[in-house]
Amino acid sequence: MTEPAKLNCKEASRIISLGLDQEMAPAERTALRLHLAVCSACNALKAQFTFLRRALSAYSGRAPDKDEPPAKP
Amino acid sequence: MATAAAPAVDVRDLESHRQALYKFAMLQLRDESRAEDAVQETLMAAIQGANRFSGGSSVRTWLIGILKHKIIDHFRKASREEPLTTDNEESSVDEFDVLFKDDGHFIDPPAAWTNPEAALDQSEFFEVMERCMQALPKNTARVFMLREIMGTDTDEICKELSITSNNCWVLLYRARMALRECLQQRWFGAPA
Repeated sequence: MTEPAKLNCKEASRIISLGLDQEMAPAERTALRLHLAVCSACNALKAQFTFLRRALSAYSGRAPDKDEPPAKP
Repeated sequence: MATAAAPAVDVRDLESHRQALYKFAMLQLRDESRAEDAVQETLMAAIQGANRFSGGSSVRTWLIGILKHKIIDHFRKASREEPLTTDNEESSVDEFDVLFKDDGHFIDPPAAWTNPEAALDQSEFFEVMERCMQALPKNTARVFMLREIMGTDTDEICKELSITSNNCWVLLYRARMALRECLQQRWFGAPA
């Protein structure tokens, strides 16, 4: 069994954004989770991206979407 | 015996959404007369289709849904005359290199914003956010507004704007990074 890829912040930030628009591949989700466990900057970034979505929904006056697509079972 | 239900929307109220719709149209079309046309067409379609409003969503959400189609129609027409360019300037991830060190770590790591939800109660915050969105490059803004204001999924955005999914994701990533940076500078990190 191969170990999950080790992400740096540049890769992690791209995947965080991607996760707001489509379902992440299991390998990406695992790699991101491992990175977020040790990176406060990417945790802050993820919270900020999620906040942007809420702020845009509030700005447009429409009901907010779910923050992330559903995870695969 | 079933009787026709009264429309769930009062056409006289539709006008009150004009200004908001115009703002959204301007953010995407960046042209006053085109934005005005799109809003006018949206309100006309809403008046004509008032009976079809189900009441299952807010009137604003319903109107935004109509506006989305008017704007996409506009993009379709415009793309026949001038295809949407996704040149390197707007669709390359290399531009993000300035934010990261060679090893991929942030040069200036994001720090958590303090109580960002409180900003949602302040109209000044939305004015700042609007200025940040106006500063986005044109195609980046188009894709981002379709996604976040109109709630369009990325497959539809790619199809309607004839761009690759990779371009689409890069533009959305670019928009989020630029907006968070702008809000950091102008709101969350600004001196009190």
